[in-house]
This record gives sequence, C-alpha cells and structure tokens, in this order.
Amino acid sequence: MELLNSLMEPLQFPFIVRGLIAAMLVGVVCSVVGTFVVLRGMSFLGFALSHAILPGVAIGFLQSDGDSDVIFWWGLGAAILTSLGIGMVSRRTNLSEDTAIGIVFAGMFALGIAIISTIRTFASDLVHVLFGNVLGVSNGDLWRIALFGVLVLLIVFALYKELVVLAFDEVHATTLRLPVTFLSYLLLVLVAVVIMVAMQTVGVALMLAMLTTPPATALLLTRRLPVVMALAAGIGAFSGFAGLYLSYYISVASGAAIVLMCTALFGLTFLIAPRRGWLWQFWTRSDAARLAVQNQGAAKEGK
Amino acid sequence: MAIQSGATAEDAVLVVEHLTVLYQQTFALDNISFAIPAGERVAVVGPNGAGKSTLFKVIAGLIKPNRGTVRACGHLHERCAKVAYVPQRAQINWAFPVTVRDVVLMGRVGHVGLLRWYRRRDHELVQTCLEMVRMTDLADRQIGELSGGQQQRVFIARALAQEAQILLMDEPVTGLDLRSQEEVLHIIDDIHQHGVTILVATHNLNEAADAEHYERVMLLNRRLVGIGSAREVMTGENLAAAYGTHLHRIETDQGVLLLHDRH
Repeated sequence: MELLNSLMEPLQFPFIVRGLIAAMLVGVVCSVVGTFVVLRGMSFLGFALSHAILPGVAIGFLQSDGDSDVIFWWGLGAAILTSLGIGMVSRRTNLSEDTAIGIVFAGMFALGIAIISTIRTFASDLVHVLFGNVLGVSNGDLWRIALFGVLVLLIVFALYKELVVLAFDEVHATTLRLPVTFLSYLLLVLVAVVIMVAMQTVGVALMLAMLTTPPATALLLTRRLPVVMALAAGIGAFSGFAGLYLSYYISVASGAAIVLMCTALFGLTFLIAPRRGWLWQFWTRSDAARLAVQNQGAAKEGK
Repeated sequence: MAIQSGATAEDAVLVVEHLTVLYQQTFALDNISFAIPAGERVAVVGPNGAGKSTLFKVIAGLIKPNRGTVRACGHLHERCAKVAYVPQRAQINWAFPVTVRDVVLMGRVGHVGLLRWYRRRDHELVQTCLEMVRMTDLADRQIGELSGGQQQRVFIARALAQEAQILLMDEPVTGLDLRSQEEVLHIIDDIHQHGVTILVATHNLNEAADAEHYERVMLLNRRLVGIGSAREVMTGENLAAAYGTHLHRIETDQGVLLLHDRH
C-alpha cells in the first residue's frame, strides 16, 4: 500500500506525468538506435553529434525566443551538417575518422558556446541544454517526441535486415549491392533525430549514456540481436521511469538520475550476469581451480 | 592477345581486361587480363603484396579500378550479386550477437529486397546451405563460439545462400589446424560440384599446385606472370619472376616441392 502510494503521489502533477512518458519514450528510441551505434562501433560519433547540435540549438533559441519546435529543427540541421562534415574531412584528407570527428565536433561545440554566451540568461539556458529539463516538457514537446520516436522505430524495423548486414559486415553489404552509402548516412540521420528527441530529457552532455549503456547492458545478457534490442528498450524505458522517481524523492537533477539508473543496471549486470558476469566467472574459475587441486590430490593418493 | 590460356570470352564466367589499380601512384595491379571458364577452381598465388586481395576486391566490386573492366556472368555492373567474397577471418567482429543461421540468412538479403521479410523459400535454402557445409548441428550457436574452420564454413554457406556464381576466398585456410584445413578444402570441392566458379588466394604453393584441388593456377606479382595448369605456370622461370630468388624448386620422385625462404 505504501509503495503504491509513493508510486501514485508524483502522478498528481501533470508535468511529472508528461516527463515520465517522455523519459520512457526516449529510453526506448535511444536504445533501439543505440544498439546499431554500439554494434557498428560509432560511440565516439554519437558523442560528437550530441555535442555538435549546440550551435543549432543556440541559433534556434535566439531566433524564436526558446520555441522548442524551432530549436528542434535547427539542432537537427546542425547534427546533419556535422555528420556530412566529418565524412568529407575523413574522405578528402588522409586523417583518420576519429581525428576528423574530433576536429569537427570541437569546432561546432565551441561555436555553440560562443553563441550562447551572447545571450543574457546564458547560465540557466546552457544548463538546460547540457543536462536536459525533462520536467519542462510541454504537451507539444510530447507529441513531437512521440511522432519522431515512432518514425525512427518504423524506419529501423522497415530496414532492419539491411541495417544488420551493414553493421555486421559492410564488405558483404557492398557485394550484395545494397545501397551502403545511403544506409550509412540514413543511420547517421536517425542518430541525429534521436539526439534531438532526447535532448530535452537528458541533455547534450549525458546523451551518449542513453545511446550506449542500455544496449551494452543487454549485450552482456544475450547473444541474439532482436533480444538485445528488446532488452535494451526495456532497460532504457525502466531507467527513464525509475530515474524520474529517484529525482522526485531525493531531489537530484532528473537527467543525471536517469543516466545513473542506466549505469547502475549496467554495473549490476556486469557483476551478476549469468556466464558473462564478473561474479559468475570468479566463482566458476575458483570452482575449476578447486576441482583441479582436488583432482591433483586424488591423483597423488592414487599413486 | 588479352585473353590467355584457351578460354574465350563466350564460355567464360569471369572476364578481366586491362585491369590496373594504383595505390598512391604505385601499381597494385598492372594491366591484368584473363578469362576463367565457368565451374573452374583457380588458385591465385603470389608473394605478399602481389595484389591478390586487391584483385579479389576489384572483382567483388569493393574497389573501383583505375583502368580496365571486370565482367562477371556477362554483365559489367551486375545488379543482383553473383559474386561472393569470403573475407579473411580477422575482418569480422566475432562478438556480434548473431547465430550461424542468422549469418547464412544474410546471404538472402539482396534476393528478398527492400521492405520485405524472409519467406519460407529463403529459410529452406538456408537449411540446404547449412547441410552442404555440414553445420546444421551448430546452426543456433553464436558465431564467436565456433572453431576457425567452422567459422570459415559459415561464410561459405552464406555465399551459397547468396546463390553466387563466383566465389572469391581470401586465404581461407590460413591459421587453421590441418584437420580444419582439410575440411574446408573438402567443402570447396563439394560446392565446385554444383558448378560454382571458385577463386582461392593462397600462399601455399604446394596446395595450389595440387591438380586434385585446382584446375588452374594464376601466378600474380602485380602483373599477371602466368595462368594455366600448374605444370604450365609453375615453371622455374615464372616462379623466379614472381618470387625472385627466395623460392626453391625441388624435384623429387613424387613430384615438385616448392619452398620459400621468406614469407
């Protein structure tokens, strides 16, 4: 009863209900797209894109006086521009891709901070962009999150088998004559959309955790890709839900609480996951060692 | 004459003409022309850096040549993939969460087409391909839980599921133990029975010279040194042209033994 009460209590506030729905939607969408980010080894690119939206967000903010629809499109534009820029720098020069990512993302991030520093309410606005403001989600924001979230999920499911081949073996995708370049850029655009959808919930600085931690956790638990995605989506949604309650009851920043839930679940899985967990391996290893000692003893007695 | 060793362009499944690939101003492949009749097994040999992998990548459509053309099954640019490329083992992420069956099913992706899902025919064909490489028992294993030889067989099955006419294998038995090597070579012989043309890059000259396994040997050292039967191609003169003086040809009662003193 008491548990039910403490679960129900925050729900009397509409802004918390909106925040909960937003956080759970973002958890699902981030985890599904994040699974491809993790499997293709694009974590650094995800990190860079989530920071490179800053100048777009800042210009959108200045243009519209904080209208979140306008900010969404400007941020998305900045993310797409960044991914094209990274592709161009790494193709046209002999710099490695991670160097290209570093150069382009740092430049974009600095530009964003420069623009925001011209705004009078600099400090509080920057905090919202960097760390999210899930309790400030309006009905309109919620619709946008749901619409783009569902759109991203539909595209992933429609092109699932092609995206899997691309992630597993790009060379094979090419010999199958799949549209490899198109699919690679599509995946980048999907990541960019997801980043903009998630920006209000966890913010720029903690975005990468939502993209990578739930899929990484799921990968410790199973070796079947559809199961990895479903588990990651569940972990993402649960972290959004539980993180927000955590932030309500112990008064910590909501974005941080959500990410900390993800991290805690990863840590727990890392310790106790069957077969791949640290404790499991520790125990089976010491079992094996004990068995070896016993066998040795028995062999000696036998002689 | 651009086309060598008896094969004419008409009965050839693979025709390569004047193929030239440059890496940073140096020739990786220099004006290579040959034709391979359907259903043959060809061993591609040459020293490290001879362009074996580059040749395969051009044929598979992974690299665009600077000059020259590749025709596979009579088409310059085949829309449906008739050429399958079995990569070297190091190029695959073995922790990827897919099973043996999932990987073989990936061979069907091009046939199924965009916005469609695998049908029963695809699953049945995958089952047949798994049987051909004797991997049905392990079909539900994650691919990282296999031995090297088994992993190689999965990729052969994927190529079969792709219904490839030409199979390119880059060092398929390198790093495998002797028994796995035998198994893989045996399966290559099996699928050859089904009319698939197979090109195998190898640095084992004695394996390449074995007429039981290969009808033809291609000796490569950036340019084409020779193509034909082992007896025609692996002459002292040609081998010296490809390998310099680091190769020793020893005539024995049982045949010819070839030894490198450098790899």
